[in-house]
Amino acid sequence: MDRFVVSDASVLAFAPHIVFRFDEVRKRWIILAPERLMLPDEQAVEILQLVDGKTGVSAIVDSLAARYNQAPRELIAKDVTAMLQDLADKGCLAGGNPD
Amino acid sequence: MATRIDPPLALLAELTHRCPLACPYCSNPVNLERAAGELSEQDWRRVLAEAAALGVLQVHFSGGEPMARRDLLALIGAANGLGLYSNLITSGTLGGAHEIEAFAAAGLKHVQLSFQDFAAENGDRIAGLKGAHVRKKHFAEAVRAAGLPLTLNMVVHRQNLDGVPDMIEMALELGARRIEIAHVQYYAWALRNRAALLPTRRQLDRATEAVEAARAKLKGVLTIDYVVPDYHGVRPKSCMSGWGRQFLNVTPSGTAVPCHAAETLPGIAFPSVRSSSLADIWYDSDAFNRFRGTAWMAEPCRSCDRRELDWGGCRCQAFLLAGDAGRTDPVCALSPDHGVVAAALQEAEAAPPALVYRRYGAAR
Repeated sequence: MDRFVVSDASVLAFAPHIVFRFDEVRKRWIILAPERLMLPDEQAVEILQLVDGKTGVSAIVDSLAARYNQAPRELIAKDVTAMLQDLADKGCLAGGNPD
Repeated sequence: MATRIDPPLALLAELTHRCPLACPYCSNPVNLERAAGELSEQDWRRVLAEAAALGVLQVHFSGGEPMARRDLLALIGAANGLGLYSNLITSGTLGGAHEIEAFAAAGLKHVQLSFQDFAAENGDRIAGLKGAHVRKKHFAEAVRAAGLPLTLNMVVHRQNLDGVPDMIEMALELGARRIEIAHVQYYAWALRNRAALLPTRRQLDRATEAVEAARAKLKGVLTIDYVVPDYHGVRPKSCMSGWGRQFLNVTPSGTAVPCHAAETLPGIAFPSVRSSSLADIWYDSDAFNRFRGTAWMAEPCRSCDRRELDWGGCRCQAFLLAGDAGRTDPVCALSPDHGVVAAALQEAEAAPPALVYRRYGAAR
């Protein structure tokens, strides 16, 4: 098995057995992974809500760039890729199935 | 209590103390609970429901060997139905593909499988069970075949520590995404066997180097969690991330404790899930409030700038090594009792004595 390297062209999905859900007790989004709990911040939640196994990283960046038109696309792309790579390295994200 | 307590994150459900293995560092108490004293399936279903309502997110089914319980499959299903993320902590020596497939179908999310060494012969010797290693390998294959993520749990000590690079290799061969290399913690059976298990400094440094090299090489392929032996440290571990702050443990007979060793502390009446709700236990019991926060601390913890990082270290270790659960954990170099740890490290330089295996009735 090789490391999954996230690029603009990648299509990502949550790895099997990773649960990304809203916790009603704490009123926040959480990621449940094997013997691990992650509490993504607001920005990360916004990105992760676009991870569906079909939408490419570049399309995710486009939609965020449209939402925040004062931030340069390049900067958004860098932040998004770094965040997704970190979660891929932790085994939370894997390659998806684009149409 | 000045600070508001958050709900617990995880429940360790110790379903049974029964286990085919006899590891001499077992974290179960020296006085093991027999099957007749165990909670019923109905009790556990209620505990799981109360845990989910309280805000628990993950449940770890553990033991002993949890697969010794015939109702494990039903409990996994119940946990999944409640939205609890479930983890099976197993020796992999009871059952195989048939059981694992059923667990996966019932919603199990992850398996943590223990190995006693990478080499079969030494592994079986430490486990006290012939043929255990081979069974574990088959079990690992069944876990992967069922599509479940696998973590290998390697408890390390002076009698297997030199094999760390081979253990990491074995994890890759078995298709694990994660390996936990955890040094023995000296409570219960392990404390009995400390002189036979505590590694020397040289041994430890070699193993730590091997872990660091593998981590760099295997980033994104294999996660390596590494727990160092606190006796060799300068500051104590933040035990359980603080007493009653994140974790709740229920023993086979239904006693609720903040960690699996806490029952050894004298003078604390730990509540039972047979007579109290988990919410009452978590928020209001004397036992769970006893060492919460920092108000209970004496010096040198009280004025230490790490008091909300280490939380005074481990209460059980303070009792076991210094005779008082309210003192600073003696592994801290600032503790006035630190000499007992230095003496134990000295002992580790000598030839190891024979192992005392975990057995019912072996305590006395």
